[in-house]
Amino acid sequence: MKIHEYQAKQILSKYSVQIPRGEVASTPSRAREIADKIGPKVVLKAQVHAGGRGKGGGIKLAKNPQEAEKISKEMIGMTLVTPQTGPEGKLVKRILVEEALDIARELYIGIVIDRAKEAPVVMASSEGGVEIEKVAAETPELIFKEYINPATGFLPFQARNLAFKLGLEGDTFKQGVKFIMSLYKAFAATDASLAEINPLLITEQGNVLALDAKMNFDDNALLRHPDIKEMRDLDEEDPLEVEASSFNLNYIKLDGNVGCMVNGAGLAMATMDIIMHSGGMPANFLDVGGGVSEEAVKNAFKILVSDKDVKAALINIFGGIVRCDLVATGIVKAAKEFGLKVPMVVRLEGTNVELGKKILKESGLSFYPAETMREAAEKVVPLAKQQERS
Amino acid sequence: MSIIIDEKTRVVVQGITGGEGTFHTQKMQEYGTTVVAGVTPGKGGTTHLNVPVYNSVADAVEKEGADASAIFVPAFFAADAIMEAASAGIKCIVCITEGIPTFDMIKVKLFLSGKDCCLIGPNTPGIISPGKCKIGIMPGHIHVPGTIGIISRSGTLTYEAVDQVSKLGYGQSTAVGIGGDPIVGLQFIDLLKLFKDDKNTEAVIIIGEIGGTAEEEAAEYIKKEFHKPVVSFIAGQTAPPGRRMGHAGAIISGGKGTAKEKMKALEEAGVHVAKSPAEIGQKVKKALVSA
Repeated sequence: MKIHEYQAKQILSKYSVQIPRGEVASTPSRAREIADKIGPKVVLKAQVHAGGRGKGGGIKLAKNPQEAEKISKEMIGMTLVTPQTGPEGKLVKRILVEEALDIARELYIGIVIDRAKEAPVVMASSEGGVEIEKVAAETPELIFKEYINPATGFLPFQARNLAFKLGLEGDTFKQGVKFIMSLYKAFAATDASLAEINPLLITEQGNVLALDAKMNFDDNALLRHPDIKEMRDLDEEDPLEVEASSFNLNYIKLDGNVGCMVNGAGLAMATMDIIMHSGGMPANFLDVGGGVSEEAVKNAFKILVSDKDVKAALINIFGGIVRCDLVATGIVKAAKEFGLKVPMVVRLEGTNVELGKKILKESGLSFYPAETMREAAEKVVPLAKQQERS
Repeated sequence: MSIIIDEKTRVVVQGITGGEGTFHTQKMQEYGTTVVAGVTPGKGGTTHLNVPVYNSVADAVEKEGADASAIFVPAFFAADAIMEAASAGIKCIVCITEGIPTFDMIKVKLFLSGKDCCLIGPNTPGIISPGKCKIGIMPGHIHVPGTIGIISRSGTLTYEAVDQVSKLGYGQSTAVGIGGDPIVGLQFIDLLKLFKDDKNTEAVIIIGEIGGTAEEEAAEYIKKEFHKPVVSFIAGQTAPPGRRMGHAGAIISGGKGTAKEKMKALEEAGVHVAKSPAEIGQKVKKALVSA
């Protein structure tokens, strides 16, 4: 799960990670009040779930509270387009109003789980403020890493190693060590999957602060962090994806016009792939779960037919232990309830498959049956193209 | 022959009295798996599905000689269940549970290191040596005893591959789901090593998906040390970066873990890579003919 910068900073400050003074505002007058309190000079930062905000005009400096109010008027309610939002952009509902600080150096600190090493890794770089993927690709020697043994946690000497490599000295060094240790504490305590400070700011006075902050969390652990779970901002997500998640379905909206409903994530991805190999493009990823309950089929069907981009759909169920006749009954019920708005190719395989096919055939609804994945994909792609033209 | 499990394997089911545990224990019994015990703390001394239930895995090992375990307990208790099985001396731990937090699995892996046991999963359909033993939730009837080894990160996509192979007249020596999470027990390489020494396995199918670098590492190993024919399919060629495709482990992040990179690495290692999931069976046929 992703959260906003201001929320990440709220969490981090609980773990004594130093952040600039600031507050979040959803109205220009509130932005002015905050600037009055912490200004006069403030930075206004649009709160959306996307990076590259500066390039799209989502980060601006205000010299005084009046200007803060004026800029806020333009920023709140604007659609911010950055390299990461896609051309449709994102609506700005809130801005973070922060004290403007002078910048001596911009560094980078990030923590992720290294899958191959099966451990968290703390990464530091002197090249902050830029895309770290670019640094990693072009100058990997400028990224320093410390792997964490989960039994001991992050050790002070490891934090010192990183702070030395970043070239910190004196009091700044001490602050840096404390900063990195606190950041890891926050990461581990919240079951985060990412904690990234880019840039990590060193001020002219030598103070160390998180100028930006990004945190993502392990979805599987959210139940033990109800306070973080509450930070989910549904407005940042696709409405159909939000609906799907309320039904416990794995759904991701994509750019194509061939809808798919599949049981199992791997088979769902493979179905998307075979649609592409047959000359089409998938409109979505939709996994109804390996077990495919009737309820899941119904909800998934509803989501498929509510997507206007879907011109034809492929239902691919490998029944296995789940009986195909039950799945077929679920599909027929859903089609009768929500309407067969687009041509649907159905491929069933597994236990009681013949009975399942019979149920579809005798339903009086015009499904397109298919025996194999290949046949299903080769049927659905032309159907989608035909619908697109008409 | 087969790897890891066979007709002598004695299975304890952790979480046997729950809904999933009950359903799949019955299916395993129907398949012919020797389920010798169940564990549900607090229900020790009772009998469920004609199997004695114990309070701990240690009791099941001591009283019934269990040497493999199937775990069907809820996600927040699964890490504890795995570590309990390992402590009790279980040799093969199959964790079906989906949704275990990553930090829990990091601790589990540290706990298991140096112990003489293997973990399959979590978030796996399990492992099956057709005609001998099934520990998991896969449909037994699509499997046929034979000579193809299968290693997969997926569930239903594995069934698809098994089905294609069975329909072409080849059977499976052992089919293993390694799990769809970022951190799992046995990896492709661990299983390739076992298939290498299994005389009855003639060829291996690797079903990978986007995310991580396990397929690339497998390719590296195959290139150097694995000389039986290998067929592979990588799911997620059309997956967008930065989005988790159902499985917690299936995500392209920081430009890494794409299907394209994995397919390239495998091809360079001499693996027969199927571009379409419909071609997996045919690729096996070709690989065996050209071998």
